[in-house]
Amino acid sequence: MTEPRRIRNFCIIAHIDHGKSTLADRLLEATGAIDARNMRAQMLDTMDLERERGITIKANSVSIRYTPPGGEEHLLNLIDTPGHVDFSYEVSRSLAACEGALLLVDASQGIEAQTLANAYLAIESGLEIIPVINKIDLPAADPDRVAKELAGILGGSADEIIAVSAKTGAGIDEMLNAIIEKLPPPEGDPEAPTRALVFDSYYDTYRGVVCHVRVVDGELETGDDVRFMATSIAASADEIGMHLPASQVVKKLHNGEVGYLITGIKEIDLIRVGDTVTSARDGADGALPGYSEPKPMVYSGLFPIDGDDFERLRDALDRLRLNDSSLLYRAETSRALGFGFRAGFLGLLHMEIVRERLEREYDLDLVTTAPSVEYEATTTDGVALKVSSPQDLPDRSILEAIAEPYVKVMIITPSDYVGTVMELVQQRRGEMGEMTYLSPTRVELHYEIPLAEIVYDFFDQLKSRTKGYASMDYEPAAYRKSDLVRVDILLNDTAVDAFSTIVHRDKAYHYGRQMATRLRGLIPRQLFDVPIQAAIGGRIIARETIKAKRKDVTAKCYGGDITRKRKLLERQKEGKKRMKMVGAVEVPQEAFVSALRIDE
Amino acid sequence: MLLPDSIELADLAARWRSAYVHVPFCRRRCPYCDFAVVAPGDPHTDDLPNLTTRYLAALHAEIDLQPDWSPLDAVNLGGGTPSSIGAAAVGKIVEHLDSRFEIAPGAEVSVEANPEDVTEELVDGLLGAGVNRISIGVQSFDDEVLRFLGRAHTAEEAAAALEMCVPRLNCGVDLIFGAPGESLDSWRATVTSALEVYPHHLSAYALTVESGTSLWRAVRAGAAAPDADDQADKYEIVQAAAGDANLVQYEVSNYARPGFTCRYNLSTWGQGEYLGFGLGAHGHRDGVRSRNVRSVLAYVKALESGELPEAGRETPAERDMERLMLGVRRACGVNLGEWEGAAERHEGLQRLVAAGVVEIDRGRLRVLRPLLADDVAATVLSLSS
Ligand SMILES: Nc1nc2c(ncn2[C@@H]2O[C@H](COP(=O)(O)OP(=O)(O)OP(=O)(O)O)[C@@H](O)[C@H]2O)c(=O)[nH]1
Ligand SMILES: [Mg+2]
Repeated sequence: MTEPRRIRNFCIIAHIDHGKSTLADRLLEATGAIDARNMRAQMLDTMDLERERGITIKANSVSIRYTPPGGEEHLLNLIDTPGHVDFSYEVSRSLAACEGALLLVDASQGIEAQTLANAYLAIESGLEIIPVINKIDLPAADPDRVAKELAGILGGSADEIIAVSAKTGAGIDEMLNAIIEKLPPPEGDPEAPTRALVFDSYYDTYRGVVCHVRVVDGELETGDDVRFMATSIAASADEIGMHLPASQVVKKLHNGEVGYLITGIKEIDLIRVGDTVTSARDGADGALPGYSEPKPMVYSGLFPIDGDDFERLRDALDRLRLNDSSLLYRAETSRALGFGFRAGFLGLLHMEIVRERLEREYDLDLVTTAPSVEYEATTTDGVALKVSSPQDLPDRSILEAIAEPYVKVMIITPSDYVGTVMELVQQRRGEMGEMTYLSPTRVELHYEIPLAEIVYDFFDQLKSRTKGYASMDYEPAAYRKSDLVRVDILLNDTAVDAFSTIVHRDKAYHYGRQMATRLRGLIPRQLFDVPIQAAIGGRIIARETIKAKRKDVTAKCYGGDITRKRKLLERQKEGKKRMKMVGAVEVPQEAFVSALRIDE
Repeated sequence: MLLPDSIELADLAARWRSAYVHVPFCRRRCPYCDFAVVAPGDPHTDDLPNLTTRYLAALHAEIDLQPDWSPLDAVNLGGGTPSSIGAAAVGKIVEHLDSRFEIAPGAEVSVEANPEDVTEELVDGLLGAGVNRISIGVQSFDDEVLRFLGRAHTAEEAAAALEMCVPRLNCGVDLIFGAPGESLDSWRATVTSALEVYPHHLSAYALTVESGTSLWRAVRAGAAAPDADDQADKYEIVQAAAGDANLVQYEVSNYARPGFTCRYNLSTWGQGEYLGFGLGAHGHRDGVRSRNVRSVLAYVKALESGELPEAGRETPAERDMERLMLGVRRACGVNLGEWEGAAERHEGLQRLVAAGVVEIDRGRLRVLRPLLADDVAATVLSLSS
């Protein structure tokens, strides 16, 4: 066992791309946990998608044994966290398993939105923070400026801030020293009844659910009968071990230690991340403060292009959920698209990743409907409903009010762009909050903006309007009543549910026009004129017409070449097969995909 | 006499046997044409007279190599420009086909000609060679349009050619409509001029952008493309005018005086069989469809070493589907036969019925709006899953 005074539990937090995972590489290397031969960039990013996109999606923990020069051996438990705002939930739960955090800042970028957001989270969780300036090897690095910004936020002296390069390894020893010297060892009572926090879990085909635990009080021993306190599920601790980063089985985990626990449990839903593990007999009275469930921010319909794939889609979602409990879904039926699912995601990146995994790992072709947020509708008889799919909105005749989720948005931008940012926020129905100067040239702006206004392209707009200099972070705020309407799209007088959307009244016309024009370009001409209309209730706000097809015949047959003629017609026949009949209109699958694409 | 759009004639035509002979030589390559054509400037054309001689010899060799067949009901010399080789060469081919397979009494012997080749002398020669039908590639009576189409003749030459031919032999006029820049009035005038001479037969084809042609390259680079609605208007103009002139429509693009239906044409859409001779020619014999090579040198060399110049062959699966697919193009329609039940249950086809595009009457499917014939054919193909 490692006595608590020789243990340091910490996570690495930062804005996206500031070098957390690369720094973790250097720590693994400098401590000899991995030898140079087996090293590869961003070791801890193991998922294919993480490696391809070069970002961390899931928090990863690893234990490192380290003996400082002339000192005793220590056990460092580190958690590398994702920087993207969609996955800030991963940061929160990592923080709960640690006493300290390395707050990393890119020396060429300075403090950005997730730097602040994550720093505040760490402070709220009572963690000791070591600020670290990274990428000092870059020509554009300005460590002095960044040190001042950091000191301005965290207090303390700018001169003492550690500067490193996760690329060259410069400053890593100094940082290791600070980890040991400055971060507090875990507290907790070795004699008290066992309490271990489940801060992560994943599903392994052979071993079932593997829990990542941090023992807070007492100890966990192989063979113990244990109980998950929130769910009251009893199980036996079949295997206990540590990730070093190779798995190593141990007999016990003591208070302060981090490791994994395998029970016989196979169903991931029985184990909640944030739950407390205690002994089955003489267990603890109170559980550790857990986590709030991650709340989906955006919802979208997922429909197999081939209706026969519905069951395969269900299986695939079930399997993805084994390792991604933030993914929620329920079956949904669309008149236009058939059977599918309404799924909730943490954000657009999360949605894109899930979709990509479904298509790639499970070989499914999908139509994804326009992302929507979850509204609250109240009917005239006082019933409140959650509405995450436009088709679930009650009829106007009984609809009293609709409220929509707002988010608190923090934007950090060079002061030159304050006007530009304000303009953008105003277009998105945002409300100005505080404004703080981080330095004479950098400003921190706070707003409340309807979530629906930022899920689409707000971030891209912000980036392009500030030449890439602004960064943003957001967190949920309260719901507010808004003047929202549902815009329906009618094809040949039949509403196509997949195209309905809930928008602010002021934007309804724009949406209606855009959708009608797009569809006119995407739907082939039919045997009769097809009106495309956008409507609010019974009122038409936009209209386009697909003129009837008049000519669909080839002039002649070249030199008796019937074979070629037949091939052309066969292709036309295959094209017809891929059409979905919506009312009496043949709509190609591609039209759904393209019309619902999220670009302006 | 059977009318051009009668079922009886169509059924008869399905049993006719034809021969198609391809003469690839052209004075120049028209920008829209993707036929197997040999024009000055092409590879291996330095000594064109010699190439022509070798080609004609190869053609005769190919006629000799083809296994015996029963008498021919129709012979069609197409191209390219068959008129460019002269009446004597045409005569030799016709004679050879007759001695090899026998040309049936009353058979149609047809030659395609360009207006600039038509002279009294040529007509005399063709008549003497046993040719009884000529189809003239007029395309348009508008010099602007003719220039756009890359044709070598003028409207005046076309009119003169028709005046020479119509009184002397069964004469067809070929027109092309819907070139970018052709106005509705221009097309009306073309149709009027063509019908004024009361030809025996009229073919009116919509200009099509075939991939690989120079028209296709121009369109891809941003030049104006033919417009489907404009072509539909022009189709309706010629359809109405032909009717007024007592020509009977028997196929999507073809009209004839009673008694002057083009046999070779009607037989093709009746799934009839034909021998194909020459560069890029297609044959249909004993249920097998074959095609010849498209390179003139490969063609000549194959036959010079005693081999058939075939590039490929296939036995179409679902022959009966092919019959339907071809038959829908005829004005008389096609007998659904064993597909009648499936047609009744087929949603797509029933939508076409409801929209008035086709009618199904006593097991026979007829396209009422020939401008949508491909939509119908594709739907019909889906009767067999
Ligand atoms: N020049 C230089 N590049 C660095 C340094 N540290 C990281 N990088 C580069 O910065 C990019 C992002 O590094 P990551 O380690 O993936 O960043 P991250 O913070 O883990 O990113 P997320 O997990 O997506 O939030 C990569 O291209 C790294 O090679 C450094 O010290 N110097
Ligand atoms: Mg990372």
